[in-house]
Amino acid sequence: MIVASNVSKSYGAACVVDGVSLQLPKGGITSIIGPNGAGKSTLLSMVSRLMAMDAGTVTVGGLDVSKAASDELARRLSILRQDNHMTARLTVRDLVSFGRYPYTKGRLTLDDKEHIERAIRYLDLAALSERFLDELSGGQRQRAFVAMVLAQDTDYVLLDEPLNSLDMKHASAMMKLMKRAATELGKTVVLVLHDINFAGWYSDYIVAMKDGRVAAQGPAAEMIQPQVLSEIYEMEIAVHELAGQRISVYYG
Amino acid sequence: MHDLRSRPHPELVEGRGRNTKAATGSTSWIDKLTMRPSRPLIVLAALTLLALLSIALFMTLGAKGNWSFVLGFRGKKLLSLVLVAYAVAVSTVLFQTVTNNRILTPSIMGFDALYMLIKTSTVFFLGVGALTSIDSQLQFVVEVLAMVTFSGLLFRWLFLGEERSLHLLVLVGIIFGILFRSMSALMQRMLDPGAFNVLQDTMFASFATTDPTLLGISTVIVLAVSVVGWRLMHSFDVLSLGRAHAINLGVDYKRTVAIILVLVAILVSVSTALVGPVTFFGLLIATLAHGLIGQSKHRYVLPAAVLLAIVALVGGQTLLERVFAFDTALSIIIEFLGGAVFIFLVLRRSAR
Repeated sequence: MIVASNVSKSYGAACVVDGVSLQLPKGGITSIIGPNGAGKSTLLSMVSRLMAMDAGTVTVGGLDVSKAASDELARRLSILRQDNHMTARLTVRDLVSFGRYPYTKGRLTLDDKEHIERAIRYLDLAALSERFLDELSGGQRQRAFVAMVLAQDTDYVLLDEPLNSLDMKHASAMMKLMKRAATELGKTVVLVLHDINFAGWYSDYIVAMKDGRVAAQGPAAEMIQPQVLSEIYEMEIAVHELAGQRISVYYG
Repeated sequence: MHDLRSRPHPELVEGRGRNTKAATGSTSWIDKLTMRPSRPLIVLAALTLLALLSIALFMTLGAKGNWSFVLGFRGKKLLSLVLVAYAVAVSTVLFQTVTNNRILTPSIMGFDALYMLIKTSTVFFLGVGALTSIDSQLQFVVEVLAMVTFSGLLFRWLFLGEERSLHLLVLVGIIFGILFRSMSALMQRMLDPGAFNVLQDTMFASFATTDPTLLGISTVIVLAVSVVGWRLMHSFDVLSLGRAHAINLGVDYKRTVAIILVLVAILVSVSTALVGPVTFFGLLIATLAHGLIGQSKHRYVLPAAVLLAIVALVGGQTLLERVFAFDTALSIIIEFLGGAVFIFLVLRRSAR
């Protein structure tokens, strides 16, 4: 379980995350949705210790993220942000291999190699595995980074907009993969998503943020409701039942 | 409302095209697979040969008279050049790794200027007597400690907080460099001419006349730094992925980066003490090493940079002294080439 209590962060005078308290259930997929600038990515960065919080505490599976040893956390929790610009020149396989660093500090065992190959296969990267990252398209690179996180094999997987620059096929494949990781391997997956239909279709639990606070939270079916969504995004959003799923329509 | 996702993403079209190319033109990546591991090794082997050749020529070319004298005399010079090559190459590559850029180097950030300022302050405040009466090795150790303290503060402020823009860092570095240099210059003007002469002697970058008194202590320091660096070796590659990935993968980021920056400061002190400040040499070496190796693994890039630096210094010095009969021009040539590389990198970066 991820527990945040009274977490705050300001940049200068602007308060981006304002005293958020939150309990994310263990297991399943939790999506964090909300308009731009709601503080979703900042919250995720603080939960994953990439960013120091101004106030409050976060525990992940009982470990306090600002106190626990970084390498112990790295075996428990993985994070992938949206901006993965990189000066280093590496192949896809090199990158995925870094996922095993928390376990063996660079000396790969047979078990590590198995994890690496499995992650490469899962993300459909076998044909690209010897290519350098700077020779790939944005979507292919995104999959390579997710493969690294998968090779890290942590109980908690945090992804900031993992569907960025993925086409429809790979976006839904990515979400199915997350679903499988949650159901078959018992991982807890937390995603920041912009596409509320992907969020509604695949998530078990949805947290909506607005202006640095949690505006609403609940099981996906309760959250994909016209009143709830219209309030959060401040626009007309219709919700239709299609093939047993609730689909939001907001293109008009 | 306008939504980005309702448009076909340009990346998508491009991605598809490249995807099919990878699938059909599979020979190209198989070629790559079989060729790739050997490229760094071939480069390293070639550089090792070149470095050994430079050293052999440096020691023997144009030698007349007593061999034991020639070898002893040139051996000391060779050792200082190799130490400088090692210090500059390792400090630059590690600095670029932890700061996650390929343009800034400790010298461009004004760190040899800081060392010169410390040296000038010693003379200014303690008098020239200090420079001549205190044991030069002890003096060197104190200077290195001062350097580590000051640069440590500056580095921490610049690189350990939130990520800062590269342009800001370049600007800060240049301004600090000018500040340190102007403060040194001010103090030098206020010195009496005799003291200034003694100080000036230690300040000019010259590969022809290195300071022999500091060889022993420099060797010990460089070895100690290497031992500490060796123990951190496994974290270098992870750090080159950038701050967020390094933290995600469990590197104790602040501590590791702080240690590496201390090592860098020590190495900069050693090279500046031996031959004076060289601004663009490190950049030239690190850029060439990364380009030749073609990938970022430190177990290839670090030795390549060291070997390149040895070839450039020892080979270049031999060429100039023995073939062209010039004396102090090597630093000028290296600075010219390095400066050109710097401008090229800055322009290419802003073009993107």
